[in-house]
Amino acid sequence: MSAQRESHAPGLAVPALPVAEAQAPAVPLWTAVGALLRKELRVELRTLESVPGMSLFALSTFVVFHFALNRTSVEGDLATGVLWVTLLFAALLGVNRLFVADAEEGGLDGFLMAPVDRTALLVAKQLTLLCYLVVLELVAVPAFALLLSVPFAHALPDLLLVLLLADLGIAVVGTLVAALAVQTRARDLLGPLLGLPLLVPVVIGAARATSPLLVAGHSGGPGARWLAMLALYDLIFGLIAYAVFDFLLED
Amino acid sequence: MYGRGLRALSISTVVAVAAALTLVFFYAPLEAEQGFLQKIFYLHVPLAIISLCGFVVGGVFAIAYLRTRDSRWDLRSYVTIHMSLIFALATLITGSIWAKGSWGHWWVWSEPTLVSFLIVFLLYATYQPLRFSIEDPERQARYASVFAITAGAFVPANFIAVRLSTQYLHPRVLGSTSNLPGPMALTFLVALGAWTLLFVTLCKYELTAKHARFQLRALRRRLAGEQSRPAPRRRSAAPEPGAGPAKLGARVAGGGASS
Amino acid sequence: MAAVEVEQLARHYGEREALAGVSLSLAEGQTLAVLGPNGAGKTTLLRILASLLRPHAGDVRVLGERLPEDSWRVRGRVGLLAHEPMLYRSLSAEENLRFHARLHGVGPERVTELLAALSLSERAREPLRTYSRGMVQRVAIARTVLHEPELLLLDEPYANLDPAALELVAPMIGAQSGRTRVLCSHDPAGALAEADVVLGLRGGLVAVQGAAAEVSVAELEDLYR
Repeated sequence: MSAQRESHAPGLAVPALPVAEAQAPAVPLWTAVGALLRKELRVELRTLESVPGMSLFALSTFVVFHFALNRTSVEGDLATGVLWVTLLFAALLGVNRLFVADAEEGGLDGFLMAPVDRTALLVAKQLTLLCYLVVLELVAVPAFALLLSVPFAHALPDLLLVLLLADLGIAVVGTLVAALAVQTRARDLLGPLLGLPLLVPVVIGAARATSPLLVAGHSGGPGARWLAMLALYDLIFGLIAYAVFDFLLED
Repeated sequence: MYGRGLRALSISTVVAVAAALTLVFFYAPLEAEQGFLQKIFYLHVPLAIISLCGFVVGGVFAIAYLRTRDSRWDLRSYVTIHMSLIFALATLITGSIWAKGSWGHWWVWSEPTLVSFLIVFLLYATYQPLRFSIEDPERQARYASVFAITAGAFVPANFIAVRLSTQYLHPRVLGSTSNLPGPMALTFLVALGAWTLLFVTLCKYELTAKHARFQLRALRRRLAGEQSRPAPRRRSAAPEPGAGPAKLGARVAGGGASS
Repeated sequence: MAAVEVEQLARHYGEREALAGVSLSLAEGQTLAVLGPNGAGKTTLLRILASLLRPHAGDVRVLGERLPEDSWRVRGRVGLLAHEPMLYRSLSAEENLRFHARLHGVGPERVTELLAALSLSERAREPLRTYSRGMVQRVAIARTVLHEPELLLLDEPYANLDPAALELVAPMIGAQSGRTRVLCSHDPAGALAEADVVLGLRGGLVAVQGAAAEVSVAELEDLYR
């Protein structure tokens, strides 16, 4: 597969023309990631197409759960279920929109012609989705505690760790799924259809880890095996995404 | 190229399946607890193993496609995944029947294999819709390959995750194959071989059929004239074998047709 | 050494051939005009030269590098002006250009310089969706030449530009810029006036080809019948 990967080797080019700069200087990966990330966040701040929708959706879903479950407070497994189902579906909303702006405004061509490693786009999009998820959770988790009287103040650091590991998994797989779905005709449907089965291990790990934390009077941390499972999932799919993403970009 | 060996394969498949069925019904002993229904084990478990391997192999073929850009690998990947999906559905159905017979429920969350299969089935069920909704054939093959690789890596990861999360009520059936008494183990292995042959034969049939249909279409086009547009045909999720008109022309012309 | 060398290029889309048997050679500093009706393959050719599409057959060399194997060596040395402006409508001209500048390792002073040269400095901070099409086209042109490319690939560059704007962009992308250019156009007379070499495509095949002096406007107009 290495023959297919396009990457820099700035020192190898032989000057083809007798001018001072025969090859455009290679732009370092992190500069490109930074530029892309700034652009993504700036566009999101201007258009507000993803994050407000995701957050509102989460809040509405909590309300729906209140009526559907006919409860004013939840804890333990029930609370875990409500939280993770809501976060997952809100995340999928963000996943759906991740590449849409680029597809509609022809923005990717500009990037594809720049002297930049294409992995920069993958990393930038993953970081963007991660930012969206963090903002989503900053809104949704306190709302969750408030609306459904969930006790977890004592377990907050542990909960944050679980959220972080799960978010990484969603960001990695979500970006890949978003890139796959955006080129299809039924992109709003295929995104969740592809993403949900792939994210089941994240739900398993996150839910099993969260469940003991959402019980009043709980002590002791989240199960280490679940955290390890999440970390392993993040690593494996991070590597896979890195290996296959280029093939989605070229033509 | 594809039609070679099809007859030999078909015959050996029929023989193997007949042998397996004979052993299952007349040789393997009746299991004490579950009775006659237990014999579905010789169908359900091999189907599960074969379809899982099929999914992973589909991913491997996809890697080959991305490396070589030879669309024949893409076709192989498609057929393997397609057939594995059918076998996976059969796994779910036979598993459900077995669960109903043994434990009284059509579905049990406590059997991690069955649960993992459901998830994998749901994932691969999107493979054909994904292919169908991308019109450019080259891009379709590329994206399908990326999917096949990702999903192929997902299969083992998913199995481990689900196993970790399930509490089982009954001893693992899959794990107990090592403890199978002699006659049962033999029957199992023969059955496994038979269904594997069936899988391979069915795949080969599908590959041959698709290839033949494509060559026929190309011949028709050549007869109608070089520059004529291909007649609009029903779109399908299946890929086209052959890299493009140029390559195909050479292959067809080599068969002796005058141009 | 030729800036662009193409030998028996082919690219298909499923069973349909988008380009077949296209060969051409373009020397440094010269202009190639590509004409033909819609769907003839002009955009496909341009995108292949830009390294955005892979050739399915034949040899393509841009600035001495083979495509697609060495396409990474060509990135940053080619400027493409396509139908879509490749700009984000919710961002301003300045933000768009700064973003592209960062991707190409170009400093922000160049952005300011270009905006001034194209008379866009006043409204440089407003989002692109408030711009007229002519202004968007100017920003797109700025984006194309931002990184001082050695080869310009221009798809109908003068569309939507009024005479004042045409004068502003001429030194950047016009014949007087001295750059090697491949220019797609629907205007046979105008293209002939600017070009050194001409290529006429129809249905993915070469219908007309030769030095501009030897090709007549009538031949080019025939392509559209």
